[in-house]
Amino acid sequence: MIIKTENLNYIYNPNTPFEKKALDNINLNIEEGDFVGLIGHTGSGKSTLVQHLNGLIKPTSGKIIVDGIDITSKGANLKEVRQKVGLVFQYPEHQLFEETIYKDIAFGAKNLGLGEEEIHRRVKKAMELVGLNFEALKDRSPFELSGGQKRRVAIAGVLAMKPKVLVLDEPTAGLDPRGRDEILGKIQKLYEEEGITIILVSHSMEDIAKLVNRIIVMHKGKVAMEGKTREIFEQAEKLEELGLGIPQITSFMRAYKRKGNQVRDDILTVEEAKEELINYLRRKGNA
Amino acid sequence: MAQDMIRMENLSYEYNSIEGNNQLLAINNVNISVKKGEYLVILGHNGSGKSTLAKLMNGLLLPTKGNVYVNGMNTRDEEKIWDIRETAGMVFQNPDNQIVATIVEEDVAFGPENQGVPPLEIRQRVDDALRIVDMTEYKKHAPHLLSGGQKQRVAIAGILAMKPECIILDEPTAMLDPIGRVEIINTIKKLNKEEKKTIVHITHYMDEAVEADRILIMEQGQIVMEGTPREIFSQVEKVKKLGLDVPQVTELAYELRKEGINVPQDILTVEELVKAL
Repeated sequence: MIIKTENLNYIYNPNTPFEKKALDNINLNIEEGDFVGLIGHTGSGKSTLVQHLNGLIKPTSGKIIVDGIDITSKGANLKEVRQKVGLVFQYPEHQLFEETIYKDIAFGAKNLGLGEEEIHRRVKKAMELVGLNFEALKDRSPFELSGGQKRRVAIAGVLAMKPKVLVLDEPTAGLDPRGRDEILGKIQKLYEEEGITIILVSHSMEDIAKLVNRIIVMHKGKVAMEGKTREIFEQAEKLEELGLGIPQITSFMRAYKRKGNQVRDDILTVEEAKEELINYLRRKGNA
Repeated sequence: MAQDMIRMENLSYEYNSIEGNNQLLAINNVNISVKKGEYLVILGHNGSGKSTLAKLMNGLLLPTKGNVYVNGMNTRDEEKIWDIRETAGMVFQNPDNQIVATIVEEDVAFGPENQGVPPLEIRQRVDDALRIVDMTEYKKHAPHLLSGGQKQRVAIAGILAMKPECIILDEPTAMLDPIGRVEIINTIKKLNKEEKKTIVHITHYMDEAVEADRILIMEQGQIVMEGTPREIFSQVEKVKKLGLDVPQVTELAYELRKEGINVPQDILTVEELVKAL
């Protein structure tokens, strides 16, 4: 278990007329090496929750245990926690500030007190992981890059801290389809090849369906649904009630099945749908 | 040409970098007409020139070469610039950057107040605008407590209150959750169908583009594809090569055709594909 929360509560503006319960008794278990999707409409508590996971917000009550450390206890080493749980905010490219891409990516690692050589190694590796050419780009200004590239610089900065868990809050917001695919491809690689535990916050059901193993659905500060990706997307009506949806391809397969066609309706991607339909149509053709 | 809401003739636009030695040709000799009452969607990857084009459409940017006419008025004509902006209103990506007042109805009134509209008329326009975007019950609310989709609808109401004939929306749903997106898309459709507004909608979401009368695809400052959604999305490979996407059902239909299954290649919606199979 890499992250565990116990009876986690958070209240914004307590004891004022604006008091709002943002997190309501959250109990989560996230396994090491898992790829988890966190979904829920705006204001459901997703961002508040992820900011708790590396101690940026202290809970009103309840416990958060990261890699065996109770981060809510007195004297917890939050620096260590933040190194373990890397948080990539929405529009992280707005946080770039250094003169060169190298310096920007090195910033976090430098603050960990690492030596020059180690930092150099980590920056190089981090750039490789996000698909940025080290030699060609290290001395360039981050501000000359495209939106998608800037965002990858920001993610590399977090990776250079060698986190065990990477939390990404809407990493594809505002990107075009190619930029989206690039970033998501890199994230999938981090999960598959580097074994980093990933928590992906997204509004895109298509992206969630393609990537994650497990889904946590937030609604009004509570965990409304939790389960394997396929199990969650089978419950289309419930998701719609919560202001969410299912991928278009899943909704097509469901509609097709309702017309009396004996096909699986727990399809998550276009590739799966293609395979299922070809098999079905050939079966039908032979019958 | 009286039926053209916006006409761009041999339009080019060049950005100059601060050092002055790097020039970027963002729009390269483009000719576009947007008809009155049309619902036009512009697609293209980041950096293809879409937003620059939008800003040229109501005089936020002026052409380096060529001309832009809004309802017959040239955007270079300084005396006409306020008429032009009243005719073509713009909605941007981030609703938080577009809201100025602390109460919803005051925010919506901001535009017409600046136009010097008489108070009674402002009242009427604000009420009408909030009704059209379905936000009447929130008129006394503070905008910062609204959801993203609600805020964006307030921003649209603020534009509507200025009574533009044309509304240009630059990725209005990029920062919204699925419900917020649906709210905005339904609002845009309503503006076009019921209020007869000319719509220019820039987006990265292919499922939103399906609703348009016509789609333009930009690449390196030029128009590289043009047609109805059906004409555009039936060319799956070409669209993908441009760094864009097609709706999932369109892609599935394309993949099935490649496998020899008889499906039309211009499928756009779930219903169409269910019927075709």
